[in-house]
Formats: sequence, structure tokens, C-alpha cells
Amino acid sequence: MSNNLVEVTVTINGERRSATVEPRTLLIHFIRDYLGITGSHIGCDTSQCGNCSLLVNGRAAKSCTLLAVHVDGAEIITVEGIGKVDNLHPIQQGFWEEHGLQCGYCTPGAMMASIELLHQNPNPTDKEIREGLDGLICRCTGYEFIVNAVRRASEIMADQNSSKEEV
Amino acid sequence: MIPAKFNYVRAESVEEAISLLAKSDGEGSILAGGHSLLPLLKFRITEPGILIDISRIPGLKGVRKEENRLIIGALTTHYDVSTNELVKEHLPSLAKAASVIGDLQIRNHGTIGGNIAHADPVADYPAVAHALGAELVVHNSDGEEITPIDELVIGPLITMLSEDSIITEISIEIPPTQAKQTYLKFFHPATDYPVVGVTAIAGVNEEGVVDYVRVGVTGSSDVAYRAFEVENVLMDKKPTLQNIKEAAQAAAEDGDMGEDLFASEEYREHLTKVYVERALKEVLID
Repeated sequence: MSNNLVEVTVTINGERRSATVEPRTLLIHFIRDYLGITGSHIGCDTSQCGNCSLLVNGRAAKSCTLLAVHVDGAEIITVEGIGKVDNLHPIQQGFWEEHGLQCGYCTPGAMMASIELLHQNPNPTDKEIREGLDGLICRCTGYEFIVNAVRRASEIMADQNSSKEEV
Repeated sequence: MIPAKFNYVRAESVEEAISLLAKSDGEGSILAGGHSLLPLLKFRITEPGILIDISRIPGLKGVRKEENRLIIGALTTHYDVSTNELVKEHLPSLAKAASVIGDLQIRNHGTIGGNIAHADPVADYPAVAHALGAELVVHNSDGEEITPIDELVIGPLITMLSEDSIITEISIEIPPTQAKQTYLKFFHPATDYPVVGVTAIAGVNEEGVVDYVRVGVTGSSDVAYRAFEVENVLMDKKPTLQNIKEAAQAAAEDGDMGEDLFASEEYREHLTKVYVERALKEVLID
């Protein structure tokens, strides 16, 4: 079977990066193995667990279910691109304060999916948070702390928005 | 899991994609959102020689209204179908079906055209598509043709489309405004696919008898179907609990219930009746 090579360029966490890969290269492998950005994890590898979630052109995606070449030219944000230790993203702050994790393996994907969830619905009910996180499997927390973390993040974001409006 | 090797080409137009498909000698496969295709590639259920990416072809996204039909571009994502104002106003059953496909990440990238072309017997859209007799606008080497949804799928994952065909639009007639619409789904707890999914669209006239009723069923049968027999029983009757219950007893008549690891034939038949009854109650009584 033939197999042409393709050059794939993405802007990842604000930085433009390229690599020449086989067309069958999955986005998650492209990012981890070719670009060396390893915050996004591989879980089930079958579009179920959402541990590989990241943002493609601002929208959450399971990067095990996209070919790198398919998103050539896209803007990608991974967990490394949302905040820093001394300046956490509200979703990171929420997970920090509410301890929305145990082993931490699903956490990058959980946070990236939650960013989209709060983008679509900035003030979700607990039921809406649970439905929004349908595409995430966590084997530690039983989800309770994750739901608390997302709720806390929505409060932090609302506070930030209202203080912005006051300015 | 890594797919088998393939070549990749990005088509700039529908014409180019068709010509590439025709030249691929049966080895070509269309990539739209990739959310049905990628799992097949990764499990190596399919091993195409060339992937033809149509996802950037202009003009294949979005929804428009033409007289009493909504025309939905094949590349419209499930998220966009579920949030589109025209769909929410005229085909709320389709918006509801789109909103319960997979999960948030999947709905961002999977497309309605890909979903329908994939012909998965446990997809959500076909319930609505069959209930309303959706028409697919198909392009191939011979030009453009219209394929009714009930002719499209001939078996699980198998359509009657020729190898050089691309679905470009889904055209659905808007039901009368007095008819209420719903889509109810019994989720498989692990996969989120519908064990059964039911669309009911029905309304009554001034005398209070049912003058419009459409029922579509997906998931429980080898191929999604329109439940004609349910419609026949209920048409021109008053929408009483008793009449709805009676009609729902015919829910499996037009289907061919499958049996697999998840559910027996009897269970699927039972579940279909229960969900048809609930859906009809929701649109005619609640």
C-alpha cells in the first residue's frame, strides 16, 4: 500500500510548528511524538475516554480521532497553553481548589473538555456539567470532585467577567 | 491503534473529489469530519488506498430554507445542526437527535453527511430522516441525483451509492406547524449509541383527531425504518392513552430486529414499543 508523506503545520499554544509525517498519523501522536508536547494523554484510543481532548480552532476535540493532516493549519491549544503555575486558568484554579483529580491522568483532557463546556454554557447546572462531561472517563474520582471543580471554575470566570465590567 | 497506510489528498471541489474517487478504482474513501471513519481505520475494519478529504470544500456547510424544506449541508457538524436557529424552529426533532450524538467533543467534529453515509444502524439521525422521508442530494460522475433515505441503506454500514458518489446535502420536508416533534433515545450506557431511538412527529386537527403522524425508529433494527404501521393505526383517531398504546404495539412491524451482545430480539422489540409509546405521548398529550 502506498503512503505519501505530508507536511503538517499547526499553531500550537501560540507557536507555529511543522513536521513531515505519514497521513495516517493521529493528531495525538503528532503532538506528543513529533512536537514533543506531552501534556495531552492517550487513554482508550477509541474515542471514548476524552483523555486526549484539546482545542482545535477553539473547539474541543478528541485528538485520537483526528488525523494530523486533517487539521493542517489549525490553531491548537493543549493543557500547556491555558495557564501557568503562577497564573492558573480558571479551570485549573477550579480543579486545584476542589481537588478535581486523583491520579491526574485524565485531568488535561478533563480540563480542556470543561473549557469548551463552560464556553458553550458559562453557568451550567450540575446536570448540565455531567452531560457536558459525557465524553470523559475518569477512573478515580467518581466524577463528584470534577463536577465541583467545573462549577467552581464557572464561578471564578463569572467573577472575573463582572470585575472586568466594573473596570 | 494506528491505521493501515494510505495516501491522502485534499479535494478543492466536489468535482475534483468525484474524479479522484472514480480514479481510485474502489480504493478511495471520503474523509469529512472523520468521526465515523477514524474508528474504522484504527480498527482496520476498512483499509482504503487513498483518503479524499472533502472537509474544506466550500459551500457544503450550513442550513438554508427552500419553500417547505430545510437543506442541510453535508459538512454541517452535529453541534451546528443542534444549535442552528432554522433547525430548532422547523425540525426540533433533528436538533434534539443531533444534541445527543456521542459527546461534546464528537459533536464538534462529526458531520451529518458523514453520519448518514456511514450507514451505522445505531446512528441517531436516521430516525428523523426516515420519519420525514429525507432526500439526499448525491453527486457522482453522472451528475446530481436525489436518493430517498429509505433506498440509501441496504444493510449495516452498506449503502446503494456508487463508489464515486458523495452526499452533498440532506433535504428534509418541514412538517406542518401544528405537529409537535421529539426524539427519544435509550442510551447504551457505555457507547452512548441508541439501543433504540424514536422520532415522533404528530398533531391533531380542529376535531381533535390525529391528522399528521410520522414515526421513525433507529438502533433496534438492522436498518432504521419508518413505522408505517404505527402511523396507520393512529391516523384519524383521537390521541387517547389507549389509542397511543395500541398504535405503539405495532412499533416493530416495519423493522427487522437484530440480536447482539447488548440486547436480544425480544428486548429490542419491547424497548421499541415502549419508546414509541413515550414519544407519541410526549407529542400528543404532554
